[in-house]
This record gives sequence, C-alpha cells and structure tokens, in this order.
Amino acid sequence: MAATAPAPAPAPPAAAPAQSPTAAPATPAANSTPTAAAPPPPAAPAPPPTATPLSAALSGPFPGGRVVRLHPVVLASIVDSFERRNEGAARVIGTLLGTVDKHSVEVTNCFSVPHNESEDEVAVDMEFAKNMYELHKKVSPSEIILGWYATGHDITEHSVLIHEYYSREAHNPIHLTVDTSLQNSRMSIKAYVSAPMGVPGKTMGVMFTPLTVKYVYYDTERIGVDLIMKTCFSPNRVIGLSSDLQQVGSASARIQDTLSMVLQYAEDVLSGKVAADNTVGRFLMDLINQVPKIPPEDFETMLNSNINDLLMVTYLANLTQSQIALNEKLLSL
Amino acid sequence: MASRKESSGAAGSGFGASKGKGKAAATGDSAVKQVQIDGLVVLKIIKHYQEEGQGNEVVQGVLLGLVVDDRLEITNCFPFPQHTEDDADFDEVQYQMEMMRSLRHVNIDHLHVGWYQSTYYGSFVTRALLDSQFSYQHAIEESVVLIYDPIKTAQGSLSLKAYRLTPKLMEVCKEKDFSPEALKKANIAYENMFEEVPIVIKNSYLINVMLWELEKKSGVADRHELLSLASSNHLGKSLQLLMDRVDEMSQDIVKYNTYLRNVSKQQQQKHQYQQRRQQENMQRQSRGEAPLPEEDINKLFKPPQPPPRMDSLLIAGDVLTAFSTQFFIYKC
Repeated sequence: MAATAPAPAPAPPAAAPAQSPTAAPATPAANSTPTAAAPPPPAAPAPPPTATPLSAALSGPFPGGRVVRLHPVVLASIVDSFERRNEGAARVIGTLLGTVDKHSVEVTNCFSVPHNESEDEVAVDMEFAKNMYELHKKVSPSEIILGWYATGHDITEHSVLIHEYYSREAHNPIHLTVDTSLQNSRMSIKAYVSAPMGVPGKTMGVMFTPLTVKYVYYDTERIGVDLIMKTCFSPNRVIGLSSDLQQVGSASARIQDTLSMVLQYAEDVLSGKVAADNTVGRFLMDLINQVPKIPPEDFETMLNSNINDLLMVTYLANLTQSQIALNEKLLSL
Repeated sequence: MASRKESSGAAGSGFGASKGKGKAAATGDSAVKQVQIDGLVVLKIIKHYQEEGQGNEVVQGVLLGLVVDDRLEITNCFPFPQHTEDDADFDEVQYQMEMMRSLRHVNIDHLHVGWYQSTYYGSFVTRALLDSQFSYQHAIEESVVLIYDPIKTAQGSLSLKAYRLTPKLMEVCKEKDFSPEALKKANIAYENMFEEVPIVIKNSYLINVMLWELEKKSGVADRHELLSLASSNHLGKSLQLLMDRVDEMSQDIVKYNTYLRNVSKQQQQKHQYQQRRQQENMQRQSRGEAPLPEEDINKLFKPPQPPPRMDSLLIAGDVLTAFSTQFFIYKC
C-alpha cells in the first residue's frame, strides 16, 4: 500500500557518509522490491536478518517509521542514570525526547524518571516527567516526547503498564531497552513499538515488535565520541586532551595504515591470492578518480603559497602579541 | 600488546605532563589543579551547541559535579535556554532551581561547580564572561568555565578548555576598581587574567562497554577533516576577527592617550591659576586690601575620568587567546 514507503535504505546516509556514493545507485534497484529489505549498507547496523519480516510487519499505520535513529548522548545518559540508580532498584526508566521524521524517529535527548517497582505494582512519577519535559522544552523547543527507555534486557509486565502511561503523552511511543546487565556479554540495545493483539472483545494484549536501531552522529559528535573512546584503552580510564600536533600525527598514521591495507589488497588480487571483487574494485576506482589531476609542480606551488599565507598570518599575529606586551610594560612603568 | 603498552604509556605520560603543567599554570595556591570530565558531559555540550547554537550566538549551560582533593570532577551538565526577546520575565534562577531539584531526585550530582560556554572562532574574553566567572568563583571557590570551540572541533580535534580567574584578578574584581592605578598596583598583565586548568576525560566501565558496542554497531568511517588542507575559509574569518579586536584595542588606546593629555593640560591650568592667584594676592596686599579667599582649586578643575582599563585588558586577552588557539592548527 502507499503507506509502505519505498526502501528504508535512505535512512543510513547520516550513519555511513563514506559509503553514500554506492548506496545511492543501490536504492533504485531496491525500490522495485520493497519487501526485500534494503541491501544492508556495508556498515551493517542492528539485525539485518530480521529486516525482511520487519518491513513487512511494520507496514501499516505507523507514521513514526520503522527506523529509530539514536544519538550516542542518549545512550551515555541512560548508562549514567543506571549507574546512579537508587538502592534496590533493578532498573531505571526515563523519557526519550527527539523529533519525528517521515520515515524515522530521531532520539536526541532523554532524562530519567524516578519510579518504584515491586512484585505486583509499579509507580511512575509522571508529575516529575511532565516538569522535566517542560524544562527541557525551554531549551530545545523542537523536541517532543517520543517514548521511554528502560535498562534490563527483557520486557516485563510492568513495561506494559508504563508503556500505557506513555501512550497518553506521545502518539505510538517507542520503547528502548538497554541491557546493562550485559547478558551474553553484550550490551544489546533494542527498540520496540507496541501493537495490540489478541481476540477482539475477549483477551486483548500488547505485543512489542522490534524496530531497527541506527546510530547517527553529528560531525562534532563523531569527533567527540572518537576522543572519548580512547579511554577504553587507558588503564585507569583517563585520557588527557591531546595536543594538536599529536592529533595530526595520529590522523596521518591512520591514513597511512588504511592506504597500506588497500595497497596490500590490490597486490593480492593482482598476484591472484585473493579473488577480485567488483564492488571493491568500483570503490577503488572512485578513490582514484577523486584525486584531482594536477601536475606535481602546480600542486607544489599551490601548497607553498598556502603555507606562505599561513606564515604571514602567524608573523602578523606574533607581531601583534609583542606589540601588546610592550604596551603593557610601558603602561606599568 | 605492544601497542597497548604504548598507548597506556602515552596516556600515563600525558597524564603526568598535564599534572605538571597544572602546577606550573597555577599561580599561588589555586584551589583546582585538574578538571576531570565525564564523557557524558562532553557529548551533552556538543549536542547542545549543534542543536541550538548555529550562528554567532553563544550557548551556555551549567556544570554539575563535585570536588575531590584538588581535582574538580564534572559529572553532568544541563543547558540554559537562550535569552529570547519575548519572555523577558523568564526566571533563570527558577529554571536553575527546578532543574537541580529534579536532578537531585534521580541521584545526579546537584552541586554547582561551574558553567560552560561556546565560543566563536576562539574569542570569548568579554566583560560578561568576566563578571559571571567572578560571581561564580566568589560563591564557589573551585568553579571553572569550560570553553567549547565548535568550529575547531568540527575541524577534527575536540577543543575544550577550562579557565579560572587568577587570585590577583579576583582581588581586583572584588574592589570593583578598574582605574589604571589600581591595575598597576596589582600588576596585572593579560597573561595573569585567566589560568588554564588541564582537563582529563574519564569514563566508567559501563560507559566503555557501551562505547565498544557503538563502535561495533555503527562502524562509521574515519573523518579526516584534521588533515584537510582547505582551511582558508577559517583562516580568513579568524583574521577578520583579529583585525576587529585590534581596531577596538587601538580605539581604547587612543582614549587613554587623550585622557592622559587632558590630565596634563589640567595640571598646567591649575598651575597657572595658582600663580595668577598668588600674584593678585600680592598686588592686593601691596594695596592693603584683603586677599581673595582661597578657593578650592579642585572644585574648579574637575579631574577627567580615567577610562576603565579593564576593557583594554580584556580585549588584549581576547586577541591573544583567540589566535593562540586558532592559528596553531593551521601551522601544520
């Protein structure tokens, strides 16, 4: 039906910028077969195998879309509030804020909500949730309540109740679970939307159908996450902000590594060790074509004139600095 | 394994070096020698600017955390709404109180330890910043202001700096006396205004797990803006800003010079007046009349107001912090 918009492949452009040139030619092919879910982009997020029944299952009146785009700040917030939970609380819940797009839902913010959970009852402080939402709205007026999150790896009966609370706030709320108990030694992050099921008129229930979760970053967020990730390697989980020169050095080293990998692959293919793959070959073609065709002398002249500009500006800046220093000294005489 | 050791060694030496730098930077007995920030705070600040701060406006927010020994730990933060034209009666204090109360319910540290601000091309030293930081530091000894530079970050390296006012400057601000004499007495040059506190970023184990998950799941290609040679746009803008500041500074200097000239002119006039008076008095005496009453010369010649020197200091500081942070990255 018309509601099932064509392939969800357009969703990942934010998540995989480098692969966008090949994702674009892939989509027209996918357009014709909407049920065969998008050829998973090389950076395959969340569960590709379930994507096929997923798109079929989610066809229908779900304007929020079948993809949940998550920012890393949300996950960091959730983990942090889990670490600060009250004594005896097994899990924490909170509200998800963000924006709704035509095909997807983008979660950009969240805050935790105090709640009490026992064997047979659950109490959520909705007043608090409303207040917090008002406060948050003052800062980012475009964010709306999208749903709620909970830590822990399962959906319990209490979740159904809480989900109902949230249905009053948001249209078709999303439920996000972050498994902080690390079952299967993984922190699985899943998103669900609820659908009614059962026999109409008699026993009715709610079924939580899973959604794909994609991670999107702003550019600056990407850089921030890269930096924060470095704490994973440090023994006491502490890193200092590296100086500019160090960063340039490490970036150059990274590029050098990737280039040598590519070269190695090309050599292997040429010597027959590895079977040639057309898609990779096309990537390589694109790469080579992206390097502009400038004769080396011109390139050198351009580079040198650029450097000269910079040097001149630095010289002027240093001049200003010494002038100001002189000024200060004279004044204090 | 070797690379792991190397990186831990580098991290260790970076840590040690930053601590050493901290000691060198601290003038006298500063209360805070190092700032430790949670990864979450960094992400939140980035997000806040990205969503709400396009253009020249600065975005601001409050930092929450606690103080441990001589280390300031920042564990959370929340943004401040921008000053909109419509609701002038927007109660900032109330917003802050509400926010902190709510955060306390969910066990987030609700102790105010500082504030953050974004900057445009590296220039942030303004009177407003000085006033805010002074009031913060006056109330809370260990507070810092975090300056986040989004443009430099977009170019590839996270640019986050923590500043405090030096004790000397605190003294001057307390007196509220910004005349040239007071500043000369306190011997404040632009280098002594702010001190930079080294920053380290710390994450808990669970956050590290989450980061690994993200890395696995998203696998976004590396961004290489750091190595981009096309920096002329930024260079142009930075240079423009630098020129504006230098213009302001020269105007300020001209004002100061006029003031000095006025003062010396006035001295001369006073002198002349006094001499004339004396002569007249002598003449009158010789004629046997009463001498003219001595008028208070000071009332006749009001000394011109010395311009506040604080602004020029600020501008100087601004200029220098701006280019020192901006231009280094272009030198590669």
